[in-house]
Amino acid sequence: MICLVFPLGIFPYLIGGVIIGLGVSYIYIITGIHATQSSFFSTTLSFFSKIPYFQQKKYRESRVWRIIFAIGVVSGAFIYTVTVSPDGFFTTSIQLWRIILGGFLVGFGTRLSQGCTSGHGISGLASLSSTSLYAVITFLAVGIGTALLVQTLGVIP
Amino acid sequence: MRTRYFFVFTGGLLFGFGLAFGGMSKPEIVLSFLQLKDLGLLILLGGSAFVTAITINFIPKVLNKPLLGGEFKKRKHTLSKRTLIGAAIFGVGWGISGQCPGSAMASLGVGNIPILLGVASMFLGAYIMGRFFS
Repeated sequence: MICLVFPLGIFPYLIGGVIIGLGVSYIYIITGIHATQSSFFSTTLSFFSKIPYFQQKKYRESRVWRIIFAIGVVSGAFIYTVTVSPDGFFTTSIQLWRIILGGFLVGFGTRLSQGCTSGHGISGLASLSSTSLYAVITFLAVGIGTALLVQTLGVIP
Repeated sequence: MRTRYFFVFTGGLLFGFGLAFGGMSKPEIVLSFLQLKDLGLLILLGGSAFVTAITINFIPKVLNKPLLGGEFKKRKHTLSKRTLIGAAIFGVGWGISGQCPGSAMASLGVGNIPILLGVASMFLGAYIMGRFFS
């Protein structure tokens, strides 16, 4: 049964999850900041757009550390790849139209919802926020439904 | 300020390392979860939320303020239609592409170059949201 629902085992997921949680915890204990990802898009756009939405105080105030955090995330994944990764660099074979259309909806949706898998999923659930719980249930259910539909339509990879 | 940025950066290193370690830099693995073939992503999400929950709920009881001063920030989001509609739209994009904002950044670090287009599209989506729907 365990092998059936976890074909790759649970250890990469468990250890990966704990390391992510330690990263978020470390930043919180030292700086008081909730390190989350999706606001990065809006705060970075505040450098380029004069639209009042992007010039909100909370976006302008957090825009520098959010870029630094994003560079850290990219670098951390790079360090993993060149040190302990069993298979080195990786390139997806998912079709480009899926990456582009999906990415657009992810950018739009996470900003409308004010959180993503890290904002609602990690920090939100960890803060025992019912708003985030409803958001997580929604994107999990819709994500599963969409992925199954795409697969049923025969879109591979 | 520079000191804070150093710690945000090193925390980001852990975050990205953990994402890549858990396979999230591969959209194929995320999709295999969303297609219910491998439920490991739930372990990763649960593990990270559990560790973070211990920190967020207990550390402020032990420490008056963060080690570098300031205050422990609270996430304040009230539930609205936008929260759920946005989460649903995110879910559609997630199910189509197997990417989320964090995993996309980690993807760039493992050399997953096509995801640059995904990140550019996320910026475009975030811009359209802020420009026309804020």
